[in-house]
Amino acid sequence: MKLLVSWLLPLIAMLAAPLLIGLINRTKALVGGRRGAPLLQPYRDIRKLLARGAVYSDTGTWVPQLGPVANLAGLVLALLVVPLAGVRAPIAFPGDLVVVAGLLGLGRFLTLLAALDTGSSFEGMGASREAYFGALSEPALFLALAALVRVTGELSLSGAYARVDTELWANAFPVLALIAVTFLALELIENSRMPVDDPTTHLELTMIHEVMVLDHSGPDLGFIHYGAALKLWLIGALLIGIAVPVRSGNSWLDLLAGLAGLTLLAVLIGAIESLFARMRLAQTPQFIVAAGAFAAVALVMALR
Amino acid sequence: MSGFLVAVGLLLAGGLLAAAFGRRSPGLAHRVGQAGAVAGAAIGLLAAIRSLLLGERANLLLPWSMPGGGVHLGIDILSAFFLLPVFGLALLCAVYGRTYLTHHAATRNPGSLWLHFNLLVLGMALVVTARDGLLFLLAWEVLALSPFFLVGYEDEKAGSRHAAWIYLIATHLGTGFLLVMFVLLGQLAGGSDFAGYAPALAARPELVPLVFVLALIGFGSKAGFVPTHVWLPEAHPAAPSHASALMSGVMIKTGIYGLVRTMTLLGAPQAWWGWVLIAIGASSGILGVVFALAQHDLKRLLAYHSVENIGIIMLGLGVGTLGLAAGSPLLATLGYAGGLLHVINHSIFKGLLFLGAGAVQSSTHTLALEQLGGLLKRMPRSGFAFLVGAVAIVGLPPLNGFVSEFLIFVSGFLAVAEGSGRMAAGGASTLVALALISGLAGACFAKVVGVVYLGEPRSAAAGAAQEVPRAMRGSMLVLAALCVLIGLGGPLLLAHLGPLVSEVTGVGIATTDQALLPMARALAFAVAIFVALAVLASGLWRWRTRRLALQGVRSAPTWGCGYSAPNPRMQYTASSFADPLNRQFGALMHVSREIEMPRGLFPGAARLETESDDPFHHLLFAPTFRWLDRLLNRAEIIQRGHTHIYVLYVAATLLVVLIFSILTL
Repeated sequence: MKLLVSWLLPLIAMLAAPLLIGLINRTKALVGGRRGAPLLQPYRDIRKLLARGAVYSDTGTWVPQLGPVANLAGLVLALLVVPLAGVRAPIAFPGDLVVVAGLLGLGRFLTLLAALDTGSSFEGMGASREAYFGALSEPALFLALAALVRVTGELSLSGAYARVDTELWANAFPVLALIAVTFLALELIENSRMPVDDPTTHLELTMIHEVMVLDHSGPDLGFIHYGAALKLWLIGALLIGIAVPVRSGNSWLDLLAGLAGLTLLAVLIGAIESLFARMRLAQTPQFIVAAGAFAAVALVMALR
Repeated sequence: MSGFLVAVGLLLAGGLLAAAFGRRSPGLAHRVGQAGAVAGAAIGLLAAIRSLLLGERANLLLPWSMPGGGVHLGIDILSAFFLLPVFGLALLCAVYGRTYLTHHAATRNPGSLWLHFNLLVLGMALVVTARDGLLFLLAWEVLALSPFFLVGYEDEKAGSRHAAWIYLIATHLGTGFLLVMFVLLGQLAGGSDFAGYAPALAARPELVPLVFVLALIGFGSKAGFVPTHVWLPEAHPAAPSHASALMSGVMIKTGIYGLVRTMTLLGAPQAWWGWVLIAIGASSGILGVVFALAQHDLKRLLAYHSVENIGIIMLGLGVGTLGLAAGSPLLATLGYAGGLLHVINHSIFKGLLFLGAGAVQSSTHTLALEQLGGLLKRMPRSGFAFLVGAVAIVGLPPLNGFVSEFLIFVSGFLAVAEGSGRMAAGGASTLVALALISGLAGACFAKVVGVVYLGEPRSAAAGAAQEVPRAMRGSMLVLAALCVLIGLGGPLLLAHLGPLVSEVTGVGIATTDQALLPMARALAFAVAIFVALAVLASGLWRWRTRRLALQGVRSAPTWGCGYSAPNPRMQYTASSFADPLNRQFGALMHVSREIEMPRGLFPGAARLETESDDPFHHLLFAPTFRWLDRLLNRAEIIQRGHTHIYVLYVAATLLVVLIFSILTL
């Protein structure tokens, strides 16, 4: 049964990830006093894009076409090693956290190249910011993972998250809380949400992620949107595994707890997006470094 | 051993004959020089592979009339491991080099170039096989001198001459420390053979830290640790590209070899060595990539990335040393395995990238990033190979850079998970440093590939670029294939790395294998994921292509947010791309910026120029040498230029010696 649920997990993620985006948008609409788009709107958008033709830049080579495909494939495979709350991932091996970071890095690198290939200065600017923030968020991610590895003594994601239960929370409360804060910040940074990036802005100059994909259309853009949903799920799962320490032993119950956690997380992100303004670009690095600092404090406390 | 000697002979013969024919018939010199290099390197490579596969140790002792030393060559598994990149990269660089030179510098005398290229290979081969202190120093000197002529090859350029002198001084400062070290060791052991060093040091444990520090500085200046790295960004861009590939890919690794070999002689390491290595690794790695981000010249940028990668190697060795000192064979094995594997990996992708820079140079005649662009369309094959090299050097899956960085990351996590507080802190520093390095390297190579190969050409020369001849792109494609091969064959490689790592760490082979096999299994999972990634991505690609064939594809100008007449000059430049990161790390380096903002309602010209100076060059070495220069100038008083004064000096010296010898009788 455990194995079945484990293998179901990536499938559920692939099916339900766009729903998180729908939830965020709906929360934002409700807080803003609007009714908002249907929860399933992201699915419709993706389906519509997949059915369309495409326009490619005269400048581009094959690189912009490779970017979305490789990014999406990498995220799908990363789902295979990321657990959700008490549900182990189908594949676990020592060092799988490095593989997840590597897959995310590959996706980022190819997205950067795809943006630079169009020769547009807007996309170049977006790529520059993404590269900058990515370089700063990588140490934060590894610091948080190192603190987690220290308190659990496990080198695989599934192994480490299986140990995060109420007992560990009681013993290492500050460490886990700080790690959770870092992961929440990383969820916002890596997925270009407020206060780092405004996914709904209409001014190219202020965008980061959206401006990098200006010249993508049709199925490629569909892949990008779907990939963004998967990434939201992926890093969200890293956070939920700590924030929801339900390890009942019953996989179905654990799965439910994890999904409930992700739902709440989407609502939380929607609330953050509604309540906070986007930071000035110059402040964003401070935000990322602060996220890393939280993880560093967690690690120092765990080292004692 | 006989194969190795034949290789050495062929290299020497090819070089000497090329030098002899040099001026009279350049064509013949090219052919002879290349033939010697290719044949020698190929035979040497086969010999090295053979001794690795058979695990044999060969020794050669020859009588020598030179006092204080002997000819003692030996090939053990560590030597054979370092011979692989020496001969392997030399082979490809030689194949590439002749075409590159006839293209790039047809009017020059090829004789001296081939002589020194072959001598460089020869010097490296002898350094990693010498088992005698004096012989080692002689080989080290061959290795140190031959690049001087390669760097100064375009000696009509003041920049090249300057670079050559900086290189020569830097390398000899390092040699000075090695000289002291070998004299000390020789005194202790009563002979110059390596075999005597370890027992002699075991008898005098208080001298071990001194030897370690001497080796660290001496070999470190060759490897290019911060702050002794200042010669790399000067020397590598000045040399012809195939020579810079060899220098950056392998020559600097002889420093790593020397350090590792010395550490095997020193006995059980102390924990502070590990800390020192980690500190050097972190500072070299981070500063190397930060300086690289600020560069505008492709080869200079690549040279700084060598500093970065040496840093990564040192991080691996540092964690391994911490593990040895703390009595954790698992940690020691993983750290050393990662560091040593990165030696090979770096020589592959850095060789590839320098050859790629040479291809760019020979088809556009410039290496200035801001003049390039759109080369992937014009040079599809060499561009593809460069792209592979870029992904590899960033340490991304599924290529070889990931395999070694994976090992170092895992060893860091292992130290964090299981070590005492101190060891865990060492592991955590390694993790953070390596994560920052790989993030910054990703930004830097996105800049390089994006500005050089993608987008629109920024100059007429870049627009007129053409694919390079087959010999050049062939060498690059072979290296790109090796990146993929090691990336996917990592688990297999790791499973057979036991004897090498065990030789270096002194941990028993059974324990070493016990540590490596689970990692090989973990890496096999990772590789399975990467294979699945390739399958899934190609499936998505095909689905999308078929879909688009039905729906139709249009081509249009890049979206300019409503602006309808974009031109290549409007593209983001390398400087603008790196500017935010340069500002962030501005405290670490000196970037001078000149900026003219657009003003008024109808703004005219605007301008931004940034120039980065290496602070170590600028604030440390330049003032030191100026001071030294002033000091030595004072000694001019004794240099009068009158013969009778010099005769007086000679007489006075003789008198002093005479009195001294009488007194001591």
